[in-house]
Amino acid sequence: MDGFGSDFSSGAGSGKMDTGTIIEQVKVQIAVANAQELLQRMTDKCFKKCICKPGSTLDNSEQKCIAMCMDRYMDAWNTVSCAYNSRLKRERARI
Amino acid sequence: HSLFFKLRVYLKPWLFFTIHPQLQQFIEIESQKQRFQQLVHQMTEVCWEKCMDKPGPKLDSRTEICFVNCVERFIDTSQFILNRLEQTQRSRGTFSESMSE
Repeated sequence: MDGFGSDFSSGAGSGKMDTGTIIEQVKVQIAVANAQELLQRMTDKCFKKCICKPGSTLDNSEQKCIAMCMDRYMDAWNTVSCAYNSRLKRERARI
Repeated sequence: HSLFFKLRVYLKPWLFFTIHPQLQQFIEIESQKQRFQQLVHQMTEVCWEKCMDKPGPKLDSRTEICFVNCVERFIDTSQFILNRLEQTQRSRGTFSESMSE
């Protein structure tokens, strides 16, 4: 396994890579990618909802709107996630 | 999607040199999880447009119900499309034939 270490070794010496370590690193990358995706879509939606006429700064009302929007977007995301999960369970139960 | 691509590009060389059933299983499970996540992202975005007026201090029940309905109808739509496509193929021959009409 030595010699493949350059991309994966995080300064841990020889760069020996075992399955468990790969799995943990990939899990972290997946989590980061999902967070980025969520933030990107949230930013897009909340900008659309809260910033009507872009001024020279983000005023107080805009900031409050964005804060609320973020929370509502998370609520929406969780609602959708639950609803989808329920539907999948129902579909599996039918088969 | 880029994440699947990363999973396969990063891990394929390893699988080539040593058969890791543990890795294989991990890839399959994570891929499935990612398909789920991607659809949640997509449906949240689409349903937000349909259900959310002005973001308030909380998600009221009417809006919440809209989101739930939206998810169900989205999946229904997807299934409907697949079923009808299958029917069209069966009764009219190939997909490209029916598309050119």
